[in-house]
Amino acid sequence: MYDLIIIGAGPAGLAASIYASRYKLKHLIIGEEVGGQIMKASRIENWPGEESITGMQLTENFRKQVEKLGGEIINIGVDDIEKLEGGFRIVTDDEKVFEAKTIIFALGMKPRKMNLPKEDEFIGKGISYCATCDAMFFKKKDVVIIGGGDSAATAALHLAEFANSVQLLYKNGTKIFEPVWEERMLENGKITLESFENILEIIGESKIEGIAYETQDRQKKELKVQGIFIEIGSTPGAVIAKDLGVETDEHEFIIVKPDQSTNIEGVYAAGDITTASNKLRQIVTAAAEGAIAASSVYKTIKMDKK
Amino acid sequence: MLTELTDQNFDQEVLKNEGIVVVDFWAPWCGACQMVGSIIDELENEMGDKVQVGKCNVDKNEDIASKLSIMSLPAIKIFKAGKIAKEFTGAQNKDVLKKAIEELI
Repeated sequence: MYDLIIIGAGPAGLAASIYASRYKLKHLIIGEEVGGQIMKASRIENWPGEESITGMQLTENFRKQVEKLGGEIINIGVDDIEKLEGGFRIVTDDEKVFEAKTIIFALGMKPRKMNLPKEDEFIGKGISYCATCDAMFFKKKDVVIIGGGDSAATAALHLAEFANSVQLLYKNGTKIFEPVWEERMLENGKITLESFENILEIIGESKIEGIAYETQDRQKKELKVQGIFIEIGSTPGAVIAKDLGVETDEHEFIIVKPDQSTNIEGVYAAGDITTASNKLRQIVTAAAEGAIAASSVYKTIKMDKK
Repeated sequence: MLTELTDQNFDQEVLKNEGIVVVDFWAPWCGACQMVGSIIDELENEMGDKVQVGKCNVDKNEDIASKLSIMSLPAIKIFKAGKIAKEFTGAQNKDVLKKAIEELI
Protein backbone atom coordinates (compact mmCIF):
# COMPACT_ATOMS: atom_id res chain seq x y z
CA MET A 1 0.00 0.00 0.00
CA TYR A 2 1.23 3.48 -0.89
CA ASP A 3 1.40 6.19 1.77
CA LEU A 4 -0.04 8.62 -0.76
CA ILE A 5 -1.52 8.70 -4.24
CA ILE A 6 -1.69 12.07 -5.95
CA ILE A 7 -4.40 12.31 -8.58
CA GLY A 8 -3.52 14.94 -11.16
CA ALA A 9 -0.13 15.79 -12.66
CA GLY A 10 -0.25 19.57 -13.03
CA PRO A 11 1.82 21.99 -10.93
CA ALA A 12 -0.07 21.14 -7.70
CA GLY A 13 0.34 17.38 -8.10
CA LEU A 14 3.96 17.61 -9.19
CA ALA A 15 4.90 19.97 -6.34
CA ALA A 16 3.14 17.63 -3.89
CA SER A 17 5.29 14.80 -5.24
CA ILE A 18 8.51 16.78 -4.84
CA TYR A 19 7.68 17.38 -1.18
CA ALA A 20 6.42 13.82 -0.67
CA SER A 21 9.73 12.48 -2.00
CA ARG A 22 11.67 14.64 0.39
CA TYR A 23 9.45 13.43 3.25
CA LYS A 24 10.20 9.88 2.04
CA LEU A 25 6.53 9.09 1.54
CA LYS A 26 5.94 6.07 -0.69
CA HIS A 27 3.79 7.67 -3.35
CA LEU A 28 2.54 7.66 -6.91
CA ILE A 29 1.11 10.30 -9.25
CA ILE A 30 -1.75 9.31 -11.53
CA GLY A 31 -2.62 11.95 -14.11
CA GLU A 32 -4.09 12.19 -17.58
CA GLU A 33 -1.75 14.92 -18.73
CA VAL A 34 1.58 15.87 -17.18
CA GLY A 35 1.61 19.64 -16.80
CA GLY A 36 -2.15 19.97 -17.10
CA GLN A 37 -3.36 23.41 -18.09
CA ILE A 38 0.12 24.96 -18.20
CA MET A 39 0.89 22.81 -21.24
CA LYS A 40 -1.38 25.23 -23.08
CA ALA A 41 0.41 28.37 -21.93
CA SER A 42 2.61 29.88 -24.61
CA ARG A 43 4.43 32.17 -22.19
CA ILE A 44 4.70 32.13 -18.42
CA GLU A 45 6.32 35.20 -16.92
CA ASN A 46 5.16 35.12 -13.32
CA TRP A 47 6.76 31.91 -12.06
CA PRO A 48 9.60 33.06 -9.77
CA GLY A 49 13.03 32.16 -11.03
CA GLU A 50 12.06 32.09 -14.71
CA GLU A 51 11.86 35.42 -16.51
CA SER A 52 9.94 33.89 -19.38
CA ILE A 53 9.32 30.24 -20.12
CA THR A 54 6.93 28.16 -22.23
CA GLY A 55 4.40 25.95 -20.46
CA MET A 56 5.92 22.94 -22.13
CA GLN A 57 9.45 23.71 -20.89
CA LEU A 58 8.27 24.45 -17.35
CA THR A 59 6.37 21.14 -17.34
CA GLU A 60 9.51 19.35 -18.49
CA ASN A 61 11.49 21.00 -15.66
CA PHE A 62 8.86 19.92 -13.10
CA ARG A 63 8.76 16.39 -14.47
CA LYS A 64 12.54 15.99 -14.38
CA GLN A 65 12.72 17.19 -10.80
CA VAL A 66 9.87 14.87 -9.74
CA GLU A 67 11.51 11.85 -11.36
CA LYS A 68 14.99 12.68 -10.13
CA LEU A 69 13.67 12.66 -6.57
CA GLY A 70 12.07 9.26 -7.15
CA GLY A 71 8.47 10.24 -7.92
CA GLU A 72 6.66 7.97 -10.36
CA ILE A 73 4.03 9.29 -12.78
CA ILE A 74 1.42 7.12 -14.47
CA ASN A 75 -0.29 8.71 -17.48
CA ILE A 76 -3.89 7.63 -17.21
CA GLY A 77 -7.25 8.77 -15.85
CA VAL A 78 -8.86 7.52 -12.66
CA ASP A 79 -12.10 5.63 -13.11
CA ASP A 80 -13.15 4.85 -9.55
CA ILE A 81 -12.15 5.42 -5.92
CA GLU A 82 -13.44 3.42 -3.00
CA LYS A 83 -12.95 3.91 0.73
CA LEU A 84 -11.27 1.01 2.50
CA GLU A 85 -10.39 0.37 6.13
CA GLY A 86 -7.41 2.70 6.70
CA GLY A 87 -7.11 3.81 3.10
CA PHE A 88 -8.46 3.96 -0.42
CA ARG A 89 -8.65 1.71 -3.47
CA ILE A 90 -8.09 3.49 -6.78
CA VAL A 91 -8.98 1.99 -10.16
CA THR A 92 -7.51 3.58 -13.29
CA ASP A 93 -9.10 3.80 -16.76
CA ASP A 94 -7.06 0.77 -17.84
CA GLU A 95 -8.38 -1.15 -14.82
CA LYS A 96 -5.20 -1.22 -12.76
CA VAL A 97 -5.79 -1.15 -9.02
CA PHE A 98 -3.74 0.77 -6.47
CA GLU A 99 -4.16 1.23 -2.73
CA ALA A 100 -3.06 4.17 -0.65
CA LYS A 101 -3.43 5.43 2.90
CA THR A 102 -4.09 8.99 1.70
CA ILE A 103 -5.10 10.85 -1.46
CA ILE A 104 -4.35 14.33 -2.73
CA PHE A 105 -6.79 15.51 -5.39
CA ALA A 106 -4.92 17.86 -7.72
CA LEU A 107 -7.34 17.58 -10.60
CA GLY A 108 -7.19 21.15 -11.86
CA MET A 109 -9.63 22.68 -14.27
CA LYS A 110 -10.96 22.08 -17.76
CA PRO A 111 -11.51 24.77 -20.44
CA ARG A 112 -14.99 26.24 -20.36
CA LYS A 113 -17.10 26.09 -23.50
CA MET A 114 -19.24 28.96 -24.82
CA ASN A 115 -22.14 26.57 -25.61
CA LEU A 116 -22.83 28.28 -28.93
CA PRO A 117 -24.77 26.52 -31.67
CA LYS A 118 -22.30 24.65 -33.92
CA GLU A 119 -19.47 25.03 -31.33
CA ASP A 120 -19.00 21.26 -30.89
CA GLU A 121 -19.27 20.61 -34.61
CA PHE A 122 -16.36 22.95 -35.36
CA ILE A 123 -13.98 21.81 -32.60
CA GLY A 124 -10.70 21.03 -34.34
CA LYS A 125 -12.10 22.57 -37.52
CA GLY A 126 -11.62 26.21 -36.68
CA ILE A 127 -12.74 26.34 -33.06
CA SER A 128 -9.95 25.96 -30.57
CA TYR A 129 -9.44 26.21 -26.83
CA CYS A 130 -5.64 26.20 -27.16
CA ALA A 131 -3.87 28.94 -29.08
CA THR A 132 -0.43 27.46 -28.34
CA CYS A 133 -1.48 24.16 -29.89
CA ASP A 134 -3.26 25.46 -32.95
CA ALA A 135 -1.92 28.93 -33.84
CA MET A 136 0.28 27.70 -36.70
CA PHE A 137 -2.77 26.51 -38.65
CA PHE A 138 -3.93 30.10 -38.88
CA LYS A 139 -0.95 31.59 -40.72
CA LYS A 140 -2.08 34.72 -42.60
CA LYS A 141 -5.68 34.07 -41.55
CA ASP A 142 -8.08 36.24 -39.59
CA VAL A 143 -9.05 35.03 -36.14
CA VAL A 144 -11.15 36.08 -33.20
CA ILE A 145 -10.48 35.35 -29.54
CA ILE A 146 -13.29 35.40 -27.03
CA GLY A 147 -12.24 36.16 -23.47
CA GLY A 148 -11.05 38.90 -21.17
CA GLY A 149 -8.48 37.21 -18.95
CA ASP A 150 -4.73 36.57 -19.05
CA SER A 151 -5.15 33.38 -21.05
CA ALA A 152 -7.07 35.30 -23.73
CA ALA A 153 -4.41 38.03 -23.81
CA THR A 154 -1.47 35.63 -24.12
CA ALA A 155 -3.40 33.68 -26.75
CA ALA A 156 -3.90 36.92 -28.73
CA LEU A 157 -0.19 37.75 -28.56
CA HIS A 158 0.78 34.24 -29.62
CA LEU A 159 -1.72 34.18 -32.49
CA ALA A 160 -0.51 37.58 -33.72
CA GLU A 161 2.82 35.91 -34.57
CA PHE A 162 1.02 33.83 -37.20
CA ALA A 163 -2.33 35.33 -38.13
CA ASN A 164 -3.12 38.24 -40.39
CA SER A 165 -5.41 39.88 -37.83
CA VAL A 166 -6.52 39.09 -34.30
CA GLN A 167 -9.70 40.51 -32.84
CA LEU A 168 -10.13 40.01 -29.12
CA LEU A 169 -13.72 40.18 -27.88
CA TYR A 170 -14.34 40.59 -24.16
CA LYS A 171 -17.76 40.46 -22.55
CA ASN A 172 -19.56 43.51 -21.20
CA GLY A 173 -16.45 45.63 -20.80
CA THR A 174 -14.84 43.08 -18.48
CA LYS A 175 -11.10 43.10 -19.08
CA ILE A 176 -9.23 41.37 -16.29
CA PHE A 177 -5.84 40.75 -17.93
CA GLU A 178 -2.71 42.07 -16.29
CA PRO A 179 -1.95 45.62 -17.54
CA VAL A 180 1.38 44.39 -18.98
CA TRP A 181 -0.50 42.10 -21.42
CA GLU A 182 -2.86 44.88 -22.46
CA GLU A 183 0.08 47.18 -23.20
CA ARG A 184 1.71 44.53 -25.36
CA MET A 185 -1.52 43.87 -27.25
CA LEU A 186 -2.05 47.55 -27.97
CA GLU A 187 1.54 47.93 -29.18
CA ASN A 188 1.26 44.86 -31.40
CA GLY A 189 -0.49 46.39 -34.41
CA LYS A 190 -2.33 43.23 -35.45
CA ILE A 191 -4.54 43.00 -32.37
CA THR A 192 -7.75 44.92 -31.79
CA LEU A 193 -9.91 44.79 -28.68
CA GLU A 194 -13.65 45.21 -28.49
CA SER A 195 -16.33 44.70 -25.86
CA PHE A 196 -19.32 42.55 -26.81
CA GLU A 197 -22.71 41.84 -25.33
CA ASN A 198 -23.65 38.58 -27.06
CA ILE A 199 -22.27 36.15 -29.58
CA LEU A 200 -25.11 35.63 -32.07
CA GLU A 201 -23.81 32.89 -34.35
CA ILE A 202 -20.90 31.12 -35.94
CA ILE A 203 -21.20 31.65 -39.69
CA GLY A 204 -20.29 28.86 -42.09
CA GLU A 205 -21.38 25.36 -43.03
CA SER A 206 -18.45 23.00 -43.63
CA LYS A 207 -15.90 25.51 -42.37
CA ILE A 208 -15.93 28.69 -40.32
CA GLU A 209 -16.45 31.82 -42.38
CA GLY A 210 -17.23 34.34 -39.69
CA ILE A 211 -18.83 35.25 -36.42
CA ALA A 212 -21.83 37.47 -35.70
CA TYR A 213 -22.09 39.33 -32.43
CA GLU A 214 -23.75 42.20 -30.68
CA THR A 215 -21.48 45.00 -29.47
CA GLN A 216 -21.82 46.52 -26.04
CA ASP A 217 -23.89 49.36 -27.51
CA ARG A 218 -26.25 46.76 -29.03
CA GLN A 219 -25.14 46.97 -32.64
CA LYS A 220 -25.07 43.82 -34.71
CA LYS A 221 -21.68 43.16 -36.25
CA GLU A 222 -20.12 40.46 -38.40
CA LEU A 223 -16.47 39.59 -38.66
CA LYS A 224 -14.96 37.49 -41.42
CA VAL A 225 -12.71 34.99 -39.64
CA GLN A 226 -11.45 31.47 -40.24
CA GLY A 227 -10.68 30.68 -36.63
CA ILE A 228 -12.40 31.21 -33.28
CA PHE A 229 -10.36 30.79 -30.10
CA ILE A 230 -12.34 30.44 -26.90
CA GLU A 231 -10.49 31.51 -23.75
CA ILE A 232 -13.23 32.13 -21.22
CA GLY A 233 -11.66 30.38 -18.28
CA SER A 234 -12.19 26.96 -16.93
CA THR A 235 -14.32 24.82 -14.66
CA PRO A 236 -13.09 22.52 -11.90
CA GLY A 237 -12.89 18.81 -12.73
CA ALA A 238 -14.05 17.54 -9.33
CA VAL A 239 -16.45 14.75 -10.40
CA ILE A 240 -14.32 11.83 -9.17
CA ALA A 241 -13.76 13.55 -5.81
CA LYS A 242 -17.46 14.31 -5.41
CA ASP A 243 -18.30 10.66 -6.08
CA LEU A 244 -16.20 9.80 -3.04
CA GLY A 245 -18.20 12.28 -0.98
CA VAL A 246 -15.74 15.18 -0.93
CA GLU A 247 -17.52 18.44 -0.22
CA THR A 248 -17.42 21.27 -2.78
CA ASP A 249 -18.73 24.82 -2.82
CA GLU A 250 -21.55 25.96 -5.12
CA HIS A 251 -19.05 26.41 -7.99
CA GLU A 252 -17.68 22.86 -7.62
CA PHE A 253 -14.40 23.83 -5.96
CA ILE A 254 -13.25 21.39 -3.27
CA ILE A 255 -13.58 22.95 0.17
CA VAL A 256 -10.28 22.68 2.04
CA LYS A 257 -9.01 23.70 5.47
CA PRO A 258 -5.71 25.63 5.85
CA ASP A 259 -3.83 22.28 5.89
CA GLN A 260 -5.48 21.35 2.53
CA SER A 261 -7.54 18.61 4.16
CA THR A 262 -11.14 17.96 3.04
CA ASN A 263 -14.22 16.74 4.90
CA ILE A 264 -13.03 13.13 4.45
CA GLU A 265 -10.21 11.83 6.62
CA GLY A 266 -7.13 11.00 4.59
CA VAL A 267 -8.30 13.03 1.58
CA TYR A 268 -6.55 16.28 0.70
CA ALA A 269 -6.85 18.62 -2.28
CA ALA A 270 -4.46 21.11 -3.87
CA GLY A 271 -4.28 23.54 -6.76
CA ASP A 272 -6.89 25.23 -8.94
CA ILE A 273 -9.58 22.78 -7.85
CA THR A 274 -9.71 24.03 -4.26
CA THR A 275 -11.22 26.98 -2.43
CA ALA A 276 -7.78 27.91 -1.00
CA SER A 277 -5.27 30.67 -1.92
CA ASN A 278 -8.12 33.14 -2.29
CA LYS A 279 -8.91 31.24 -5.53
CA LEU A 280 -6.06 33.04 -7.27
CA ARG A 281 -5.42 29.92 -9.37
CA GLN A 282 -1.85 30.50 -10.48
CA ILE A 283 1.06 28.08 -10.90
CA VAL A 284 2.70 29.54 -7.82
CA THR A 285 -0.41 29.01 -5.65
CA ALA A 286 -1.03 25.50 -7.04
CA ALA A 287 2.55 24.51 -6.23
CA ALA A 288 2.26 26.00 -2.74
CA GLU A 289 -0.95 24.11 -2.02
CA GLY A 290 0.66 20.90 -3.27
CA ALA A 291 3.54 21.41 -0.84
CA ILE A 292 1.19 22.10 2.07
CA ALA A 293 -0.92 19.03 1.25
CA ALA A 294 2.15 16.77 1.13
CA SER A 295 3.38 18.15 4.44
CA SER A 296 -0.06 17.52 6.02
CA VAL A 297 -0.02 13.94 4.71
CA TYR A 298 3.44 13.47 6.20
CA LYS A 299 2.27 14.73 9.61
CA THR A 300 -0.76 12.41 9.55
CA ILE A 301 1.23 9.32 8.58
CA LYS A 302 4.02 10.05 11.03
CA MET A 303 1.47 10.42 13.84
CA ASP A 304 -0.17 7.13 12.90
CA LYS A 305 3.14 5.31 13.24
CA LYS A 306 3.68 6.58 16.78
CA MET B 1 7.15 -0.75 -37.92
CA LEU B 2 6.26 2.88 -37.36
CA THR B 3 6.11 4.82 -40.62
CA GLU B 4 7.36 8.40 -40.86
CA LEU B 5 4.81 10.08 -43.10
CA THR B 6 5.63 13.10 -45.26
CA ASP B 7 4.06 15.24 -47.99
CA GLN B 8 5.96 13.00 -50.42
CA ASN B 9 4.99 9.53 -49.23
CA PHE B 10 1.52 10.15 -47.78
CA ASP B 11 -0.25 9.25 -51.01
CA GLN B 12 1.57 5.97 -51.38
CA GLU B 13 1.64 4.91 -47.73
CA VAL B 14 -1.84 6.01 -46.67
CA LEU B 15 -4.21 7.05 -49.44
CA LYS B 16 -3.32 4.16 -51.73
CA ASN B 17 -3.12 1.66 -48.89
CA GLU B 18 -5.93 -0.91 -48.99
CA GLY B 19 -5.59 -1.74 -45.29
CA ILE B 20 -5.98 0.24 -42.09
CA VAL B 21 -3.55 3.05 -41.33
CA VAL B 22 -3.52 4.97 -38.05
CA VAL B 23 -1.95 8.40 -38.48
CA ASP B 24 -0.84 10.60 -35.61
CA PHE B 25 -0.47 14.22 -36.72
CA TRP B 26 1.83 16.07 -34.34
CA ALA B 27 4.29 18.94 -33.98
CA PRO B 28 7.28 19.49 -31.73
CA TRP B 29 5.70 22.52 -30.03
CA CYS B 30 2.51 20.66 -29.10
CA GLY B 31 2.74 19.37 -25.54
CA ALA B 32 -0.27 17.07 -25.64
CA CYS B 33 1.18 15.49 -28.81
CA GLN B 34 4.07 14.05 -26.81
CA MET B 35 1.69 12.08 -24.64
CA VAL B 36 -0.35 10.89 -27.61
CA GLY B 37 2.93 10.03 -29.34
CA SER B 38 3.89 7.52 -26.67
CA ILE B 39 0.39 5.98 -26.77
CA ILE B 40 0.79 5.60 -30.54
CA ASP B 41 4.15 3.84 -29.98
CA GLU B 42 2.42 1.40 -27.62
CA LEU B 43 -0.40 0.80 -30.10
CA GLU B 44 2.17 0.07 -32.78
CA ASN B 45 3.80 -2.50 -30.50
CA GLU B 46 0.51 -4.17 -29.68
CA MET B 47 -1.33 -3.94 -33.00
CA GLY B 48 1.43 -3.37 -35.56
CA ASP B 49 0.86 -6.80 -37.07
CA LYS B 50 -2.74 -5.96 -37.94
CA VAL B 51 -2.61 -2.28 -38.87
CA GLN B 52 -0.05 0.19 -40.13
CA VAL B 53 0.82 3.02 -37.76
CA GLY B 54 2.41 6.28 -38.86
CA LYS B 55 3.36 9.69 -37.55
CA CYS B 56 3.26 12.90 -39.52
CA ASN B 57 5.03 16.05 -38.30
CA VAL B 58 2.77 18.82 -39.61
CA ASP B 59 5.46 21.43 -38.99
CA LYS B 60 7.53 19.87 -41.76
CA ASN B 61 4.62 18.62 -43.88
CA GLU B 62 2.26 21.54 -44.22
CA ASP B 63 0.78 20.41 -47.55
CA ILE B 64 -0.80 17.28 -46.21
CA ALA B 65 -2.00 19.07 -43.06
CA SER B 66 -3.70 21.70 -45.18
CA LYS B 67 -5.11 19.12 -47.64
CA LEU B 68 -6.73 17.25 -44.73
CA SER B 69 -7.88 20.56 -43.15
CA ILE B 70 -6.10 19.87 -39.90
CA MET B 71 -6.60 22.88 -37.63
CA SER B 72 -5.91 21.41 -34.24
CA LEU B 73 -3.37 19.11 -32.63
CA PRO B 74 -3.02 16.39 -31.63
CA ALA B 75 -5.09 14.90 -34.44
CA ILE B 76 -5.44 11.19 -35.03
CA LYS B 77 -7.05 9.86 -38.17
CA ILE B 78 -7.70 6.24 -38.95
CA PHE B 79 -7.79 5.47 -42.68
CA LYS B 80 -9.37 2.39 -44.18
CA ALA B 81 -8.75 1.73 -47.88
CA GLY B 82 -7.45 5.28 -48.25
CA LYS B 83 -10.52 6.97 -46.76
CA ILE B 84 -10.87 8.51 -43.29
CA ALA B 85 -12.92 6.02 -41.28
CA LYS B 86 -12.54 7.61 -37.84
CA GLU B 87 -10.93 10.79 -36.55
CA PHE B 88 -10.08 12.29 -33.18
CA THR B 89 -8.98 15.74 -32.09
CA GLY B 90 -7.20 16.35 -28.80
CA ALA B 91 -5.52 13.91 -26.44
CA GLN B 92 -7.20 10.50 -26.35
CA ASN B 93 -6.62 7.63 -24.03
CA LYS B 94 -5.26 4.38 -25.34
CA ASP B 95 -8.43 2.33 -24.77
CA VAL B 96 -10.53 4.68 -26.90
CA LEU B 97 -8.09 4.44 -29.80
CA LYS B 98 -7.64 0.70 -29.44
CA LYS B 99 -11.39 0.15 -29.50
CA ALA B 100 -11.79 2.38 -32.56
CA ILE B 101 -9.11 0.41 -34.42
CA GLU B 102 -10.53 -2.96 -33.41
CA GLU B 103 -13.95 -1.95 -34.68
CA LEU B 104 -12.46 -1.37 -38.12
CA ILE B 105 -10.47 -4.59 -38.38
